[in-house]
Amino acid sequence: MGLATHDIRKHFGTIRANDGISFTIESGSLHGILGENGAGKSTLMKILSGFYEADSGEVDLDGETLDLRSPADAIKVGIGMLHQDPLVFLPFTVLDNFVLGSPGPQRLDRSDARAELERVSGELGFRFDSERLARDLTVGERQQLEITRLMWLGAKVLIFDEPTTGISATQRDQLFLTLRSLAENGLIVLFVSHKLEEVEELCDSVTVIRQGKVVFEAAMPITSEVLVEKMFGKVFVEEDRDPAPFGAPVLELSRVTIEEGTTHIEDLSLSCAAGEVVGLAGLEGSGQRTLLRACAGLLAPSSGLLSVDGNNLNKASYRDHLAAGVHYLPAGRLEEGLVEGISIAEHLVLTSEDTGFFINWDAADEAARQEIDDYSIKGRPSSPAEALSGGNQQRLLLAMIPDEVRLLLLEHPTRGLDVGSAAYVWQRLLERRSDGTSIVFSSADLDELLRYSDRIVVFFAGDVFAMRNVGETDGEELGHLIGGKVRG
Amino acid sequence: MRVAAPTLVALSVALAFGVVLLILAGAPPFEALWLLVLGSFGSASKMAATLLAWSPLLLASAGLVITFSAGLWNIGVEGQIVVGAIVATWVARSLPGPVWVILPATIIAGAIGGLIWALLAGVLKTYGGVHEIFGGLGLDFVAAGLVVYLVLGPWQRTGQASTSGTNIFREEAWMPEFETFGTAWPVIPVALGLVSVFAVWLLLRGTRFGLRLKAVGRNPQSSFLLGIPTNRYMLGAFAIGGALAGIAGTVQVTAFHHKLVPAISGGYGFLGILVVLLAGFSAVWIAPIALFFVAISVGSTQLDLRLGLDSAFGGVFQGIIVLFVMIGGAWSASRGSFSQAVREEP
Repeated sequence: MGLATHDIRKHFGTIRANDGISFTIESGSLHGILGENGAGKSTLMKILSGFYEADSGEVDLDGETLDLRSPADAIKVGIGMLHQDPLVFLPFTVLDNFVLGSPGPQRLDRSDARAELERVSGELGFRFDSERLARDLTVGERQQLEITRLMWLGAKVLIFDEPTTGISATQRDQLFLTLRSLAENGLIVLFVSHKLEEVEELCDSVTVIRQGKVVFEAAMPITSEVLVEKMFGKVFVEEDRDPAPFGAPVLELSRVTIEEGTTHIEDLSLSCAAGEVVGLAGLEGSGQRTLLRACAGLLAPSSGLLSVDGNNLNKASYRDHLAAGVHYLPAGRLEEGLVEGISIAEHLVLTSEDTGFFINWDAADEAARQEIDDYSIKGRPSSPAEALSGGNQQRLLLAMIPDEVRLLLLEHPTRGLDVGSAAYVWQRLLERRSDGTSIVFSSADLDELLRYSDRIVVFFAGDVFAMRNVGETDGEELGHLIGGKVRG
Repeated sequence: MRVAAPTLVALSVALAFGVVLLILAGAPPFEALWLLVLGSFGSASKMAATLLAWSPLLLASAGLVITFSAGLWNIGVEGQIVVGAIVATWVARSLPGPVWVILPATIIAGAIGGLIWALLAGVLKTYGGVHEIFGGLGLDFVAAGLVVYLVLGPWQRTGQASTSGTNIFREEAWMPEFETFGTAWPVIPVALGLVSVFAVWLLLRGTRFGLRLKAVGRNPQSSFLLGIPTNRYMLGAFAIGGALAGIAGTVQVTAFHHKLVPAISGGYGFLGILVVLLAGFSAVWIAPIALFFVAISVGSTQLDLRLGLDSAFGGVFQGIIVLFVMIGGAWSASRGSFSQAVREEP
């Protein structure tokens, strides 16, 4: 009994996302699927959950071959998927979300549904107020709601795609407990991640996918060195910090108050010198994005002084900030950074400093080829942005940063990237820093914050909670501060 | 190549569907289709009539390619044609002088009229938060009301107000035609149309303005963060699209009717939207598709005369073609070529 795939193949254009994937997973196991970005994990999971149809190959569940043509088919046979961003309808109540997508008569019996919600969530150890709006739930609670719903629909296989992104440490622990008990009750839990520690901590067995093929299968425990080697084919060496001397202050905030929604950053004074890196820590939505947007000129501070290189930019527009050498890289690469349907070469033309009316496409293609080489982007000048993997999109965004930048504002610069791409991103960013650029970045990864920041600003509940120089703190303290606790 | 096998299949299916409709209407289908061809290309004068109808459709479609590229549904194109025609009429009626003065003046006047009307929709969108579909539709009605008011009121025909239009312009205000092969050829309108299509193609293909416009159309948020002044580019697209539609209005009054009539737009704005949809929002295929469409429109008057079939059949046929091509596109996108539709691998 269990889930098995046989020679699954799926290609997109010339890219073989899945190139003959076969594996077997026993019922009642918590199985990790590891692989770097673009390895083919997501494609495989989308095939299992009915979002994509495979070109060839078959999927068996408990000895029966499945015919998966849509997510509804997959749910019918008991395969449910939790997406990185839970598919929850925010304006709906918990109860409406629960019954949405359930088979049954057109007329809803709300009291029956409520009883069912209470029964299933009780079995799982969750508590919901069924009339609460989904938008008021935390990301972790939305996940719990999705789990409840899928279990109610009779899931035998649950796929979790990077479920720990954007949830708190407590919620993570609770999620892991849930996953374990689901597996103990005979479910197959697929845990897709590129966070090694989590796979080590949680999973009974693991499958590593690289370039669309299964390269490694084993029961845990496996040392992380082995897993990294299987995932990337080589082991990375951490670079030592090299503390370069700082220059004059570039970004200066003096008693700045910024308000946006529930975020209320009060009386913040902060400066970032040339060659300095400031990391912004905190749970998702604690105010880091608000601060970055204010520094970028997308949000005006309600009081205080914000200046770059001594120029007051308090009331300045976003374009004035650009002109002052401020460059903002938001987290949504394809939503706020790149333009779908526009090629690499066209992106580089859009950001090039040439301003002639006509475009010399030969020169533009040549320039694009140069940048593709420089930044090791896997793509051609004519590849559209959406055809690139996350890591390559980020490389393209790096290539689009103008040469003369004074202040770089980065939101989760390595989110969703594999270790190799993340290291590459930082290598390029540190080159910028050495040239005297100031860097302010937000991250959910403590390791990243500790490794690259000179100073860390911790956000909690919409305001700055603490600031630490990097030599004076460690991961444990940061973890406490992020949760709103001062170690004592 | 976007217009390929699925489109040809869809066209064949649409043709078959049209044949079935003709049979249902009791008309001999192949004779009817032949009459369509004869009615649009059967003689020199019919060819000239088809070309004259082609010109405003080319102009309107070229303008629509620009607004579609900027991600805008310029439903106000009809009103822009009408206001272009109104301003051109005003110049034609009031400006003295020879043809070489009035010709450029009416073209510029039409362009300005269409441009202003389009910018109204643009400002409503960018600064007023009114979606361009609603703003444009509202302005279409205003323009339609305005032209009726002018025709029946201030500019009424000498003697008696009539919905048949204003007085005929004096001949210096007529767009010159070129006589050869026994008929008068609309060389200037056709040239205006073809040049505008080519200019739009060049603008989108080879210029920074065009590339930025495309970026704004596909993702205004990213474009803004890349430093592109998105509102200005949207207004620019409205201005160009409106100006070209306005020139179509000039062609309608100075080359076709030689006066202002209530239904001055000829429906070329909405027809242009269909042409651009069929052309996959690109300028390359506009000229042949627009020619095909006007041939159906012009030719279908023959159906009325010869077979007693309502000439509305032409419009029905055009609509069927667009529907089938769009269904074909959606169908091929959802099947094997899924990845191409989604990511268009090089």
